[in-house]
Formats: sequence, structure tokens, C-alpha cells
Amino acid sequence: MISIRDVYKSFGSQCVLRGVSLDIEPGKTTAIVGPSGVGKSVLLKLIMGIMTPDSGSIFVGDRSITDAHSEGMKNSIRQELGVLFQSAALFDSLTIYENIAFSLRERLHRSARGAHSAVLEMAESLSLMPYLHRFPEQVSIGIRKRVGMARALITEPSILLIDEPNTGLDPLDGQEVYDLINACKNRWGFTGIVISHELPEVFQVSDRVAMILGGEIVMEGTPEDLISSPHPAVQQFLNGRTDGPIKIQ
Amino acid sequence: MNIVRTTEQFGSFVIETTERWGKSCIFLVRILSALFRPPFRPYLYFQQVLQIGVNSSLVIGLIGLFTGAVLAVQGEYTLSKFGANAYTGPAVALSLIRELGPVLTALMVIGRAGSAVTAEVGIMRITEQIDALRSMAVDPIRYLMAPRLVAGVIAMPLLCGMFNVVGIFGGYIVAVGLLGLSSGTFMSQIESAVGLVDVYSGFIKAVVFGLIFGWVSCYKGYTCGFGAQGVNKATTQSVVTASVAVLIVDYFLTSVLTRVFMQ
Repeated sequence: MISIRDVYKSFGSQCVLRGVSLDIEPGKTTAIVGPSGVGKSVLLKLIMGIMTPDSGSIFVGDRSITDAHSEGMKNSIRQELGVLFQSAALFDSLTIYENIAFSLRERLHRSARGAHSAVLEMAESLSLMPYLHRFPEQVSIGIRKRVGMARALITEPSILLIDEPNTGLDPLDGQEVYDLINACKNRWGFTGIVISHELPEVFQVSDRVAMILGGEIVMEGTPEDLISSPHPAVQQFLNGRTDGPIKIQ
Repeated sequence: MNIVRTTEQFGSFVIETTERWGKSCIFLVRILSALFRPPFRPYLYFQQVLQIGVNSSLVIGLIGLFTGAVLAVQGEYTLSKFGANAYTGPAVALSLIRELGPVLTALMVIGRAGSAVTAEVGIMRITEQIDALRSMAVDPIRYLMAPRLVAGVIAMPLLCGMFNVVGIFGGYIVAVGLLGLSSGTFMSQIESAVGLVDVYSGFIKAVVFGLIFGWVSCYKGYTCGFGAQGVNKATTQSVVTASVAVLIVDYFLTSVLTRVFMQ
């Protein structure tokens, strides 16, 4: 479904990704984990085509987003993607209702009436009905994440990209977001990529896990494989130790 | 060694400046080309004309009123030294229509709405709202930038026209009401001294200043740096760059338009 092939990305003299290769299986959710600042979110933006790698290629289905040279070509590939951003990235000048309807109105050019029933159905599914006429700053971050999920799923994408699902949330809200991801996965059956540094919580929503360190994938497998991995960096990260191969910068 | 270092510094300055100019020109071309490609979203353009134009009208009216009033006081004082205070009306009207109207309107709109546009787009950039647009296959240049640029080009001449009318009214109140000039003299001298070329000249300036306003404020917001400091820096740079650009372009436009229209 998504194939990342030997991707390199640098910012100035700082090399963030060094030959990352990863296959995301269709219908499964893969968590990409690692310490902060190792390039997890950069990888997500490369998959979305918002950034361009220095070399390597990324295929979404059978189409390469890295070889799409125009925004039009990238947009055609992006139709398959839904994204839940770290901060939800809701449009603060629009109400919750308008945020959910946004993709239908602006991307698929549906009329207000045509979008209305789909928005209500999605809001009902994600328990957002009481908040529809509020603005993003008038609801909690947990609700904003739910709205972000509704906005991402309303066009029924085959792939959902989720960046740090429980950043800024307390444990209860964080758990609620994981439950929401699982519920949506069961209902819509998308292929998922979850970026996170929260272990082992992210295992609740992951079928597979890949760990990035030093710009490379150091381990890839099931959550059980990660837990039992002898790799010292993996064990240090899992156990939250400050001594080991991962240096805190 | 000093010569080598100075040459290096000068070289990198030239390269960086050229790169910045190149990027901002490409940005403008992208906005202009986006105007002619569907989907067209007229409601976004109306919203921005409302934000930039209508919401600036009160402050523009106020500034215009007092600018006209000050011009009348100064004009009458200077002209009376030559026994020509009957020409106070044309002095006020020509100063406003040809020069002060477009320039002061542009500076006020840049200060009020330009900073707001840069801050709004900059915050959208740092809170990933622009990335969200792109991820939803919606072109931010077409959705966010084009309406703001066009709104600047539409709103600026309209606000400038309003500034001129209110300014002449302010001048009339002072000259006729306070300084004792005859109402007929004030208005008839304006009528005979102000031609359509003066109005065209001011209109062209306002359109160009509207373009500068939209271009600079959108570009600075779109390329804003990280965090609150990034937005702060972008907003300051936007106001300073656009204001300086307006004054520099004004000189060249005035020179060109004066030659073109006075021939």
C-alpha cells in the first residue's frame, strides 16, 4: 500500500533521514516510533508530498508521490490520504461543522446540502453533535482531535496518517483517542501510519512497529518483536533509560 | 584576508538577496496564475474585501478628514503669503488625489490589514493549517493567497477614493468654515484645476500599492519562521517592507505618470 524506498532527507548540513526503507501493509496499522527529533514527522510529510526527499521514492499504492512534479499530480495521490495532525490543525476561522465539511466542499466540490447529511452522520458517529456550531478554540484538545479525525475520515480515505495522537492530552483523553482510532479502524478499515514516541501505549493501535533512530529504521516487526528485541537502543527507549546508545540532545 | 572575507560576505549577500527576490517573484506568479484556474471561490474574495476594505474604512475616513483639514490650514497659510489663498481648494484636492490619498491610504491599510494578513497566514503556517490544506488536496496559494491579493487590489483604490472625498470635505470645512474662504471659490477652483488625468494617476498608484500590500503581506506570512517569534518577525518585516516599497515605488510611478499624462 505504501512503500518507502531508500529515502534521504537533509536540512542544511543536518541529515535527518538516511536511506529509510519501509513497507506499510494494506489494512494494517504501522506505528513509527522513536525519540523526539529523529525525523518521524518529516517522514510523514514526505508521504503526504508536503516535503520532497533528497533522494529515494515513496509509493502510495502504485503511484510515486516523489515523482509527482506538479501539485495537481500530488493532489490526485492525496485523495487517498487522510491526516490527523499533532495539534489537529483545525481551521480556527471555521466552526466544527465547517471544519468537518471542509474536504467535501473544497476538495470534492459538494454542495452545502450534499455535504450536510455526511457531516451529520460523521458527527453522530464520533459524538460531536453538541459541538458542531462551536469554534475550535471553544472546545477541549480532546474534542479537537476527534474533529480532526472526523475531518480526515469524511472523504473515506484508504490511508490514514496520524501524527502524535496523544500529544498534549492527559492519560484519560489520550486513551480516548486510542479507543477512537481503533473504533474508526474497525468501521472504516483504513491502512494506518501512526507516528508516536509513547510506548507501550501506541501498541494498542498498531499491528506493526518500526523504530527510527539516527535517521535509519533500526527495527521493524510486530509490537512483540519490538519488546523482545535485543537491540540496546530499542531496550533503552522502551525502558526510558537515559544511559545507552541514544544520546539526549 | 580582509578583502577575501569582504568579497565573500558581499557575494553571499548578493546571492541571498537574489534568491529571496526570486522566491518572492515566483510566489507572486503562482498567485497570479492561480487566479485563472478553477475552482473559483468568489465568496472567499468577498470575505477578504470585507476584511481588508470595509473594516479599514473607518480609520481611512478619519485619517482622510484630518489630512484634508491640515492641508487646508497649511495651504491657506502658504498661499496667502502670495495673495493666492483662493487656490487653497486645488492645493488640497491635487495634493490628496495625486499623492497623499494613495500613499497615506496604502500606509494605513498596510499597518492595519497587512500586519493582520501576515499574522493570520503565519499562524496558519506554524499551526500546520496550511499543511492540512495541502494534505486535503486544497492549494493554499489558490485558497488563501489569491483572495487576499485580489482584495488588496480591489480595496485599495476604493479606500483611496474615499480618503480623497473625505479629505476634500475636511479641507472644505476648515477653509470655508474656519478660515473664511468662499464656498464657491473653493469648489470652482477645484473643478477647474483637477482633471481626469489626476484621478487616473492616483487610481493607478492605488492599484499598484494594493498589489504590493497583498504580495508582501501574504509572502511574509507564508514564509514565516517557527513559533511566536517567527510570526512577530514576519509581521514586522511585512509592515516595514511594504511601507518602504510603497514609498520607493511611489517616486518612480510619479515620475513615469507625470511624464505620460502631462505630454
